[in-house]
Amino acid sequence: MSDYVLPAGLPAPVPARDGLDRPYWEGTRRHELWVQRCPGCGTWQWGPEWNCHGCRSFAIGWEQVAPEGVLYSWQRPWHPVHGALADAVPYTVVLVELPHAGGIRMVGNLLGDPMQPFAIGDRVEAVFEDHDDSPTPFTLVQWRVVR
Amino acid sequence: MGELEHSLRGRVAVVGVGETTYYKRGQSPDPEFVLVLKAILAACADAGIDPSTIDGFCSYSNDRNTPARLSAALGCEVIRYSNMQWGGGGGGAAAAVQNACAAVLSGSADCVVAYRGLAQGQFGRFGQGARSSTISGAAALTVPYGVMSPAQTYAMRTTRLFHDHGISPDTLKAVSLAAYHHAQNNPRAVMYGRPLTPEAYDASRWITEPFHLYDVCLENDGAAAVIVMSAERARDLSDRPVYVLGAQQGGPRRSGVAGHNQPDYVTSSLKPVVPRLYEQAGVTPADVDVVQSYENFTGAVVMSLIEGGFCTYESANEVLTFDNLIAPSGKLPLNTSGGNLAECYMHGLGLVIEAVRQVRGTSTNQVPGATVSYVNAGPMVEVVSAAIFGSAEVLG
Repeated sequence: MSDYVLPAGLPAPVPARDGLDRPYWEGTRRHELWVQRCPGCGTWQWGPEWNCHGCRSFAIGWEQVAPEGVLYSWQRPWHPVHGALADAVPYTVVLVELPHAGGIRMVGNLLGDPMQPFAIGDRVEAVFEDHDDSPTPFTLVQWRVVR
Repeated sequence: MGELEHSLRGRVAVVGVGETTYYKRGQSPDPEFVLVLKAILAACADAGIDPSTIDGFCSYSNDRNTPARLSAALGCEVIRYSNMQWGGGGGGAAAAVQNACAAVLSGSADCVVAYRGLAQGQFGRFGQGARSSTISGAAALTVPYGVMSPAQTYAMRTTRLFHDHGISPDTLKAVSLAAYHHAQNNPRAVMYGRPLTPEAYDASRWITEPFHLYDVCLENDGAAAVIVMSAERARDLSDRPVYVLGAQQGGPRRSGVAGHNQPDYVTSSLKPVVPRLYEQAGVTPADVDVVQSYENFTGAVVMSLIEGGFCTYESANEVLTFDNLIAPSGKLPLNTSGGNLAECYMHGLGLVIEAVRQVRGTSTNQVPGATVSYVNAGPMVEVVSAAIFGSAEVLG
């Protein structure tokens, strides 16, 4: 429990009932990163959508990508907007770009001291954070600076 | 003049504006519906019309107060136009006026009110996180990482703005200080009598870096209303109507996609709106005397001003200073009522009203001789909007 970046008690992500994002969430449980890619035109797409925004094809597929990227932007929340965060501020939120997947971006937290030095452009790697003790077990994709 | 310039410029006018008392969040003695009624009645009184004249209603952001209910309470014989602008936040504040103008121009209705009411004690806040035990869909990509509030949703665009364009955080501070400065002359302002010093700004707590407390809008209770009619009818009511020169809405490509994947990330979303707005209005940024730019967060104001043509990425640090942003002396008077930061967060409709007031010459921070007045709404949300108002002199 203490290994989590943010304390337990935040809303647990569950795959949408419509099934749209199921390959992503099931992939995270296996510590794999799966995102959408159109087999027709090659467009990478994130978050999940019902069709390809590049060529409109409904045959949008999924592809496994290397769980790494580049720090694109960040923020450090100090004001807790949820009870579970009351004793967890500050924490660092990062926006990670995946250049090897068409530059799609993912939101996550940065592992380690929230005041650690880092910068836009830093290389980061994913760390899969298992929440097996949740009533609906899930895995978050967190990030660590590659030093 | 191009075809677009004949579409709206000078053909519709604002005949009345109305506001309730603006309250701190949760402190309105009136329920939200009563607040909206009071604002519309105030706008009718300002226009000098009987409330039953209103035959069209436009709002935005899923306002809870429906035209059917309002119309009945106002004693209207008929509803000819009932319109809700899609999109969250205050992106629709100028769009509601645009939609009202469209109703008048298309012959759908003769007297249309754009309105917005908020009573957060009655209905809850914006700046709080999800309360559910599970979450799915687009929100599942952000909420479990502690990205829940509007400030958290939009802060990273500002971080990247600094990085990409060398914009200084001092520009955010200048926007905030100018708003508080203007509010000290505005008795309607929630922050009237509560000045902000540069030192207090610097010492204020972080909400989320890069936003200090004073970079983030208020949350308030109140209501506001703007009534438009055809220019001909407006001239029967007033010797000096405020004409709508242009009003536009829009968003860039894929502006609503999940997980911060907008192709153009560092934008107010106004880029596709602005060129069409100026073409329609028949003016340029250099013609604009005074600007009201929606502050959800000060970083978005900086993006809006750049994309609105009032400065460039290169000149922003030089132009966006406290001295330049204050009325009456500054070169770019901004948010002259105190805006969403210091007057009231009425989802931007208060800024629209202040833009009208500047052309009337009745602002509490009047820009001398202002004839062209610009307002933009809801920067960074999926669909944003902007409008330009002008006096008869501008129409020539």
